[in-house]
Amino acid sequence: MLELLEKTAKHNGLVLAFALVGLVMIVSMQLSRRLTFGRVHGSAIAILIGLGLAYWGGIQTGGQKGLADVTLFAGVGLMGGAMLRDFAIVATAFEVQVVEARKAGLVGAVALILGTILPFIVGASVAWGFGYRDAVSITTIGAGAVTYIVGPVTGAAIGASSEIMALSIATGLVKAIMVMVGTPMAARFLRLSTPRSAMVFGGLAGTVSGVSAGLAATDRKLVPYGALVATFHTGLGCLLGPSLLFFATRALVG
Amino acid sequence: MIIYGTALLAVCHLLGIFLGDLLGALLGAKTNVGGVGIAMILLICARLWLHKRGLMPAQTEMGVGFWGAMYIPVVVAMAAQQNVVSALRGGPVAVLAAFASVLVCAVCVSLINRGERPAPEADAEARVATQRA
Repeated sequence: MLELLEKTAKHNGLVLAFALVGLVMIVSMQLSRRLTFGRVHGSAIAILIGLGLAYWGGIQTGGQKGLADVTLFAGVGLMGGAMLRDFAIVATAFEVQVVEARKAGLVGAVALILGTILPFIVGASVAWGFGYRDAVSITTIGAGAVTYIVGPVTGAAIGASSEIMALSIATGLVKAIMVMVGTPMAARFLRLSTPRSAMVFGGLAGTVSGVSAGLAATDRKLVPYGALVATFHTGLGCLLGPSLLFFATRALVG
Repeated sequence: MIIYGTALLAVCHLLGIFLGDLLGALLGAKTNVGGVGIAMILLICARLWLHKRGLMPAQTEMGVGFWGAMYIPVVVAMAAQQNVVSALRGGPVAVLAAFASVLVCAVCVSLINRGERPAPEADAEARVATQRA
């Protein structure tokens, strides 16, 4: 009986993921309404539960893909993987008001550049503060503070050790999780209420996963504007990291 | 037919990702440069073009709308497969570097957004918000 049930679940991974996420959403919406009286967005709680499940999955299997490494829940990996994530993000573009998006084009680009350079400087300074003195390690850790993809791409390009790469990825992951969890809490401080403000946020906060989840938990209407800019973030970082930023760092630390 | 909308979305998605890869290769970035963003822009243009010609019935729109509505559940599934364990094991360098860069960026976002001239409705909204605060 149990075996049959397990077989059904394993052969229908994606469908099981739909059911599981639906369950998580119901629980989160109820928690949001009953415990916080709607003050904390249901999606924010759902994302936190998701992260919690990812932690549990990681502890259980020792893998790198959270809950998706548990054989039974492999379908979560497909549902939340890059393919369907990007597909859903592109679909949100259908709601974009072109006039609004065009108005914020320039400021979005400025935010994008700041969002690459500032985290890099901060990350590199922290690395320096912890006693790293070679340009390759400092650059890789700094690039990790941009996004968790820019970090390893940069590290691989300039020949960082795997230990530094892991540290760089961890930095980017912590940043993404902080953005996911912190955005709804800081929404008022960030003045996150208009399409333009969402585009500025998308450029500066970086990490598609952080921005998309953070905005989803704040105001669903803002998602396409933030995502439109954030999606250029990783590309720009991977472009500047191993080139301009590495050369500048090498010039500074010798 | 609803599949027309989903197919349009799929074509824009594929074309955008392809162009992003192409751009990345041209720039020597070793990664996709803005593929999803390009796909979004393509979809916006396609919508405007088709709408003007009356080729966008409600059924077709639903084929895209469904996936837009699935966005939050997909993000929850994405959160469930983050490498949270290794993020938490990153130690003080990772936490401090991440926290400091998030803080600096948050201050920047806040400063830039404070410079935004409020539109009439946004103004009303802001007033309500200050009253609530």
